[in-house]
Amino acid sequence: MRVAWRERAFAYGVVVPFAFVLMIPFVWMAFTAFKSQAGVFDLSRSPFSLKGDTVAGWTFLLHHTPYVRWLGNTALVGGAVVAITLVLALPAGYALARLSGRTGQALGVAIFLTYLVPPTLLFLPLSRVVSKVGLQDKLWSLILVYPSFTVPFSIWLLMGFFKTIPQELEDAALMDGCSRLQALIRIVFPISLPGILTVVIFSFSLVVNEFIYAITFIATSHQRTLSAGVPTDLVRGDLFNWPSIMSAILIPSIPLALVYNAFLNRFIAGFTGGAFR
Amino acid sequence: MEAVASSTPRSRWRHATDSRGFLAAFLITPAVVFIGALVGGPLILAVYLSFTDATAGSLSGSWVGLRNFRAELHNPVFVDAVWHTFLFTVISQLIVIVCAGLLAHALVKSFRGRWILRFFILLPWAAPVALTTIGFLWFFDPTFSILNTILRDLHLIGSSPPNWLGTPRNAMASIITVHAWRILPFATVIFLAGIASIPKEVDDAAAIDAATGLKKFWYVSLPLQLPIATVALLFGIVFTATDMTVTYILTNGGPFNSTQVLTTWAFQTGIQSGSLGEGAAVSLFLLPVLAFVAIGMLVFARRVEVS
Repeated sequence: MRVAWRERAFAYGVVVPFAFVLMIPFVWMAFTAFKSQAGVFDLSRSPFSLKGDTVAGWTFLLHHTPYVRWLGNTALVGGAVVAITLVLALPAGYALARLSGRTGQALGVAIFLTYLVPPTLLFLPLSRVVSKVGLQDKLWSLILVYPSFTVPFSIWLLMGFFKTIPQELEDAALMDGCSRLQALIRIVFPISLPGILTVVIFSFSLVVNEFIYAITFIATSHQRTLSAGVPTDLVRGDLFNWPSIMSAILIPSIPLALVYNAFLNRFIAGFTGGAFR
Repeated sequence: MEAVASSTPRSRWRHATDSRGFLAAFLITPAVVFIGALVGGPLILAVYLSFTDATAGSLSGSWVGLRNFRAELHNPVFVDAVWHTFLFTVISQLIVIVCAGLLAHALVKSFRGRWILRFFILLPWAAPVALTTIGFLWFFDPTFSILNTILRDLHLIGSSPPNWLGTPRNAMASIITVHAWRILPFATVIFLAGIASIPKEVDDAAAIDAATGLKKFWYVSLPLQLPIATVALLFGIVFTATDMTVTYILTNGGPFNSTQVLTTWAFQTGIQSGSLGEGAAVSLFLLPVLAFVAIGMLVFARRVEVS
């Protein structure tokens, strides 16, 4: 009883201050998002007073900036990239987990290492390729290039998930006359649905996060995605419209964090379960 | 799982001995070809470009040998950028590893409000980094910085508040802080996985030997978590050293190139100044970092397999 009490005190004593410090920027964003443009620059008031709070920043963002368009672009690119990622990573992840033994293990690690090659190393040659093939300023350039980091990452996660599905289940299906491919589509993929969903969510969030390709390949405001549009186009002269910018940050951040939290345990299982097991 | 699978090799291969290799190749090839084309190809192209004087406009360049590399190695901005990249990465990751270890040990316990607290802690990692970094622009604003307001109310600073992004030393500290803030949730998550993977028997054995508190942490928990801590650290190094977003948005390398890192310098040289070849040469200096991390990962993977 005493030990339990001490453990809880330790947990709160550490977690609460950390959560507080990590949260401060978001708390401040939320306060700013509900202020008026004038209220933001009013130093005579307490910064945390919400007197005269308003949603003017939010309505300005939605009606007078290309923000909604960026949301749409991001959703479109994210959806397309997730689809391409699944088509490429599902079969490869399964094969590497199951079918090819030791060589598969080595190939899995090799694919994982390609995930470590960062966009900051590839964006210069890719920008050249993109403009050579006439994809400059088109969302297609992002749809084509983004799977280069979502696919290795997803293969890795999926390897981890597929390894946890008992071989016997497939053997039973094969016994009943399924082909290996049928067993894969009818038995393995449906059971791995939670794992697949995890891959969908984390691939999508990688797309929303991507910044350097988005600002290098796309120059027109209306073609931008969220991560590139907000930093480049919401800046008006030297006077930022801070309430609008803060709401622009909070709108995608909160839902993303909610799904992260919901899928975190599966993510951990997949991430650490790949070849390091 | 591995043990189960390898204990029944016969049942595993019996049904598809003839088609197994073919099916595997059929399933893996598309992904390998795609990755080869979009990671391997550009990587080779980057190496090629670094030996040419290609510019963004003309899209063609002629071979200049090592000239780009020589020019950069004699450029004080580049030499500083290498140093800053190292500095930012090492300091932020030191902070992250210490804090993540502590935080994960607390977060693994069960207590009321754990879900919501974990949600708060995850936010910096889950939110798009380009967006939250703009939030920090406002957080560090020279005139309206909430940080300064809080510090002033706590009487930690005087009437002349620090300009967090405007002076070299402060700007460096700010960037390191934002990196640490952003990576800490990720490292904590990986640490949590490491703690969760320690078998319950170890706890029991430690209890029998009356190992508790710090002693248990030092002799039992720490050695067991060293592998997973290494993974978290290696990822943190890659994520920080190769990141451009934070520095680009906060300072774009300024003031006076005092926060220039390899990535922002490659971007400025290759895209903004249009010297594609020289920019490529700059970005290639990230390769040693990646090689170091890749070797670390491989060594680590082998060690886990052996044990």
